[in-house]
Amino acid sequence: MQELVLKGRDIGFRYGSNYILDKCSFDIYKGDFSVITGPNGSGKSTLLKICLGLLKQQEGTVELFGKPIEKYSDWKNIGYMPQRVEAFNTRFPATVEEVVKAPLYSGSAFFSTNKKAINNIVEKSLSSVGMGDYKKRLIGRLSVGQQQRVFIAKALANNPAIIFMDEPTAGIDNKSEKEFYDLLYSLNRVEGITIIMVTHDYADVESMANRVFCLSNGTIDEKCEEVVRK
Amino acid sequence: MIEILQYGFMQRALIAGVMVAITCPLIGMFIVLKRLSMIGDTLSHASLAGIAAGMLWGFYPFWGALAFSILAAVLIEKLRKPFAGYEELSNSIILSTGIALAVVFIGLAKGYNADLMGYLFGSIAAVSKQDIYIMLFLSAVIIISVAILYHKLFYISFDSEGAQISGISVSFLNFYITLLASFTIVVSTRIVGIFMVSSLLVLPVATAMQMGKGFKKSLFISIIFALIAVVFGLFFSYYLDIASGGAIVLFSVLMLIIVLIIKTGKEA
Repeated sequence: MQELVLKGRDIGFRYGSNYILDKCSFDIYKGDFSVITGPNGSGKSTLLKICLGLLKQQEGTVELFGKPIEKYSDWKNIGYMPQRVEAFNTRFPATVEEVVKAPLYSGSAFFSTNKKAINNIVEKSLSSVGMGDYKKRLIGRLSVGQQQRVFIAKALANNPAIIFMDEPTAGIDNKSEKEFYDLLYSLNRVEGITIIMVTHDYADVESMANRVFCLSNGTIDEKCEEVVRK
Repeated sequence: MIEILQYGFMQRALIAGVMVAITCPLIGMFIVLKRLSMIGDTLSHASLAGIAAGMLWGFYPFWGALAFSILAAVLIEKLRKPFAGYEELSNSIILSTGIALAVVFIGLAKGYNADLMGYLFGSIAAVSKQDIYIMLFLSAVIIISVAILYHKLFYISFDSEGAQISGISVSFLNFYITLLASFTIVVSTRIVGIFMVSSLLVLPVATAMQMGKGFKKSLFISIIFALIAVVFGLFFSYYLDIASGGAIVLFSVLMLIIVLIIKTGKEA
């Protein structure tokens, strides 16, 4: 029996009386490549943020690995790739290495004793996305496609079981987009990482996704909720 | 140049200057990258109210500056919530309140005096031994805090959502960096002055960012720029008998201009 990693039940989120999400329920299992899709303003990113505990729903429940999201604490199990435009200013002075290291230090100090282990993880994460030679480069001076790969490496750094992605290919050219999806496919099918992606362009990931949730006016469209097992 | 170091006040000014040059960019880096540059002005004006209160009621103005700037740091964070989406309003409200209180206290204290002018514009002659001890203590708190929290502060500056998801308490660290900024303001007031202290939080960082380096290197470069500005500013302040705050900030601006010219020349 497949392990249920993310469960949402009757999730409701509103600003005042204006419902952004209404009675959204879903199950996502280990190893899934799940896509949350829908037109702009349908509530996709809001749903993703609720699943990550960044926003608190007014109604319903979310469970991550069987625990209510409010009580979940094993965040090293979770990788997150934000929308690039929301994530950072391209003039931010940070090297690729510094970006990938960031989540690895969430519980430790400047004078860390396991610097060597952390450097090894950074090397491995960057190599796995084909960015091993860019460690010392400034993140803002890379192409958009390369930046997305660095963000994937950052999400992979803690060896997560799930990676959440919010419109990861926004602003990427077609060639980089294809390379990016090939990388995701490999992470999902070879490494077994569960992927939960928000995208407004489902056609691009149709061949990879095995679970699709179509959001329309804040509700999950039942007709679209089909499991496409490949 | 060496002869002026024989004077006790100049030795104290240099010790204070070194602390200012280390702590301002150390906190300024996070303030600038989190786009909170205005917080320096807000906290410094709140600390002015504390200084004026000290002068009015006869207690050591440094304590007043510390108490008011900490209170301002707390209120800035508290006010962010009711003004969600327009968080910068919390800065404006506290800044206005700080100035208003300072003006009232100064008026009640029967106007300006030389000591107040020293706090406003910085003075090399004004740093007392007591000031130095407090500055050393606050600087130690700032440096140790940043050393311990460095990676987390970097993460919340670069990607606050990612930091929150990795289990970091972003709201607490946002408040803590504001609190450290209030300590930095108090440390810097004697040498740089209330009116210019926020410049020293921003200018060395802005100059270092033009060098195109990573975060840690930019941080160290900004401290070096601040050290150069403070040392030259203090010596010029002594020899030309001008306010140290103005001299230090003008040196910082000069370095920024030089770096921008060199950078533009390289890119051409």
